[in-house]
Amino acid sequence: MTTTSPIEKVGGGAANYVDQRLGSNKFLGRNLGKVFPDHWSFMLGEIALYSFVVVLLTGVFLTLFYKPSSLEVIYDGSYVPLKGIKMTEAYASSLDLSFDIRGGLLLRQMHHWAALIFVGAIAVHMFRVFFTGAFRKPREFNWIIGVALTTLALGAGFSGYSLPDDLLSGTGLQIARGIMQAIPVVGTWMAFLLFGGEFPGTDFISRLYSVHILLIPGLILALVTVHLMMVWTQKHTQFPGPGRTNDNVVGYPLMPVYMAKAGGFFFIVFGIIALIGGLVTINPIWLFGPFTPDQVSAGSQPDWYIGWLDGALRMMPNIETTTFGYTISWNVLIPAAIIPGIIFTALALYPFLEAWVTGDKREHNLLDRPRNAPTRTGIGVMAITFYSLLWIGGANDIIAITFDLSINSIIWALRILIIVLPPISFVVTRRICLGLQRRDRDKLLHGYESGRILRLPNGEFIEVHQPLNYKEMAVITSKTDVAVMPAPVKTDADGVANKLYLVDKLRHRLSSFFYGENIPLPSAAEIEAGQHHAEHDAAAEAPLAAYEDRDELFNAHGGVLHHPGMPMTNMEQVEQGPAGTSH
Amino acid sequence: MSDLTTQGHDSHAGDGHGHEVAPARPGYSPVADIPHSPRATDTDPRMARRAERQVAAMFVLSMLFVVLFVVAYVAIDKTTIVYIPVMGEVNFSQVALGFTLGAAVFLIGAGAIQWAKKLMPDVEVVQERHDMASPKDDTNLAAANYERGKEESGFARYTIIRRTLIGALALFPIPLIIMLKDLWVPGPLEQGKSPAQILSTTLWRKGSRIVSDGTYLPVKATDLPVGGLISAVPEDLREVEEIEGNLNARGKAAIILVRMQPDQIRSQQGEGWDYQGILAYSKICTHVGCPIALYEQRTHHLLCPCHQSTFDLADAGNVIFGPAARNMPQLPIGVDEEGFLIAMSDFEQPIGPSFWERA
Repeated sequence: MTTTSPIEKVGGGAANYVDQRLGSNKFLGRNLGKVFPDHWSFMLGEIALYSFVVVLLTGVFLTLFYKPSSLEVIYDGSYVPLKGIKMTEAYASSLDLSFDIRGGLLLRQMHHWAALIFVGAIAVHMFRVFFTGAFRKPREFNWIIGVALTTLALGAGFSGYSLPDDLLSGTGLQIARGIMQAIPVVGTWMAFLLFGGEFPGTDFISRLYSVHILLIPGLILALVTVHLMMVWTQKHTQFPGPGRTNDNVVGYPLMPVYMAKAGGFFFIVFGIIALIGGLVTINPIWLFGPFTPDQVSAGSQPDWYIGWLDGALRMMPNIETTTFGYTISWNVLIPAAIIPGIIFTALALYPFLEAWVTGDKREHNLLDRPRNAPTRTGIGVMAITFYSLLWIGGANDIIAITFDLSINSIIWALRILIIVLPPISFVVTRRICLGLQRRDRDKLLHGYESGRILRLPNGEFIEVHQPLNYKEMAVITSKTDVAVMPAPVKTDADGVANKLYLVDKLRHRLSSFFYGENIPLPSAAEIEAGQHHAEHDAAAEAPLAAYEDRDELFNAHGGVLHHPGMPMTNMEQVEQGPAGTSH
Repeated sequence: MSDLTTQGHDSHAGDGHGHEVAPARPGYSPVADIPHSPRATDTDPRMARRAERQVAAMFVLSMLFVVLFVVAYVAIDKTTIVYIPVMGEVNFSQVALGFTLGAAVFLIGAGAIQWAKKLMPDVEVVQERHDMASPKDDTNLAAANYERGKEESGFARYTIIRRTLIGALALFPIPLIIMLKDLWVPGPLEQGKSPAQILSTTLWRKGSRIVSDGTYLPVKATDLPVGGLISAVPEDLREVEEIEGNLNARGKAAIILVRMQPDQIRSQQGEGWDYQGILAYSKICTHVGCPIALYEQRTHHLLCPCHQSTFDLADAGNVIFGPAARNMPQLPIGVDEEGFLIAMSDFEQPIGPSFWERA
């Protein structure tokens, strides 16, 4: 037994004090040693979480100085170019934060950078979860919460971006209002109620403020808590590897390794955001001037995560219809409401669609390698391609200026590409995945190619194959076989008609499409035969190994016999045989 | 608590001997075939001490940076500008505060991770998972409790209670929704008008003088050379803005005046709506409402900087490219007795983005 330090005594006393009131030691006993698996990609969600904490911390500071008011004031701060200009209190207080409050600009920029990193980390985290199939049973609920968090993050970003009431943020609001008005039946009224009348009015800044600092962060905080509690209860998924199964977790315990690593990583993320916030300018609102509804600056760009919506607006052909005296602006409605609606609905439903198609009802705690679910990976890449093209569309004016192209041809190219490219990327990705599966099967059967060419005594040339190490073996053999849904019969043996024949047929077809082309892993007997083959190669190469031992001896005496990494030399050596050593 | 600390020491003892002797702890099973090779700090006490010093040094540096932050906060004037290579001219206070805060926080994290990587055990351990589904007994108990509750409350039996409860619950949110109506209280000039009517009218009416934006001086035809462009507003805009206390009127009434050779005008939205080649168009894009200002004099094209809708002002403001579906509304203009440009009426169609009620 080691001696107990005073700190431990106090800590133990405190723990017992709390335990007698809450029974917390039971929880601690079970969870302080909780094992978390390790992988670099598991840090993506952590980055999102920590940057959100930074957003909250810096946001609280900003609320102490920012005034969410459309009241007109004459600016009289340190920023000389705007002195004496009429502007809203919101903009004036944002300027004060930037110039007259020490560290104010640092906090503003940290807040903005952390928000950008927050949304970015969420997106990449979502890719990781999607491509590894981490959303499968039992984690479907957490996937939906993740999708909700993504939409909330976009809302948080947009509502915050619009608060300083500079010319650029006001233009964003003007566009948002235009989109709102395009909503059939209720759009006009909705816009009037939210803005308190016409644009810009004087109510919206303060309303947006309460949405930005209370409603959205409250929801995010609640959902993040549930998100993490579910991860805790369900235990984190893990990548395949030696000793890792669907029924265990291999990794490091919470206390001390994960506390130190995750806690330390929080400070790393915080520190980097502070450094960026201090050293890299973002959203220099003082350059844009106060908002007025009849001015705009060229090259207006939203924050990166809104770029895809702006791109969709730019690429959409100008269709508008009027029926029975009512107007529907398809040119706005489709890119700004219908497409995002479809995207987020499809995202939320994906786990259920895939489970329905594949008929897979098992719990999955071991992550898929993307190649082993070629159709899913293809769908993911297709979606990313679609998104990227929209995003490029959002920067069409910048691209046109940078590369000296015509805006019209960029838009036309994008309109065509957005229909052609996603299906192509789907097919190509799927094929690449299937090719990688074949290669995996090959590796299991024959070992991997060593790159060493051997000439046998009978004159035959072979390439030496080496057996896989057990780590790689464990990864490759982690692939779970998914049976294709059986083809349904119209009437069974007893002559009872299958009422769901068409549905079953669809499922059969879809599931064949999903997994039907998967390359099955070789049987144990086949693998063993393959290992024999590799052993045979090794045996054939054995004399060479003895020779290489001699090589060291020669080197020590200044002799050079072969150059590592040059197979030809090896060949020559083998050709010469052991006799060659007697030079 | 002492149990927990003992565990920590146990793991240190097991550390460094490779995977075959992973420490036996409650809840863990050994991992026979997980590869592990000991680190330098596991085998060499000097390396371990070095790592210990590194971690402590980072924590000390962090404290130092906090001190520097306080010094920078107090000592550096908020308006001092310094030149830093690569970054150019920057606010010294901002950069100093950002750097010291960032470094202080980053070093805590770097120290903690170095500690975890070099000195805490790096032997992976295994924990079993359990099915998420509850044991059968628990499920049965839940079902039994539910059944009992249903029976005792009579929820299934008292049909009328059930239905009226559902009705009451369905109605109670109505007051909360109704109270949202006054999010918009019509202003003095908006009384009795629907949103669609309000959106369809602007300050312009027959005889409104066109004044140049900014100076508010009336414009004469001779003020505008061929090829020129002026941003303009109605003369009473300033008064209305004073009364209403907002920029709403400006958002609808802003126009641009352009002048071209009369024979270059191919068509207009109304017969004789120009004045000697001067045309007045709304400045608000019919797509989603961005103000438009990019005018190409040679082609008479007007380009929206937001989504690149392009309008041909020589051809009735028609859309020639981009997502906007409607032409740019034209304002009919003329001159008064003194020769100043005036509007001949309001716009004949609502300006700005489309909306549902707009025919």
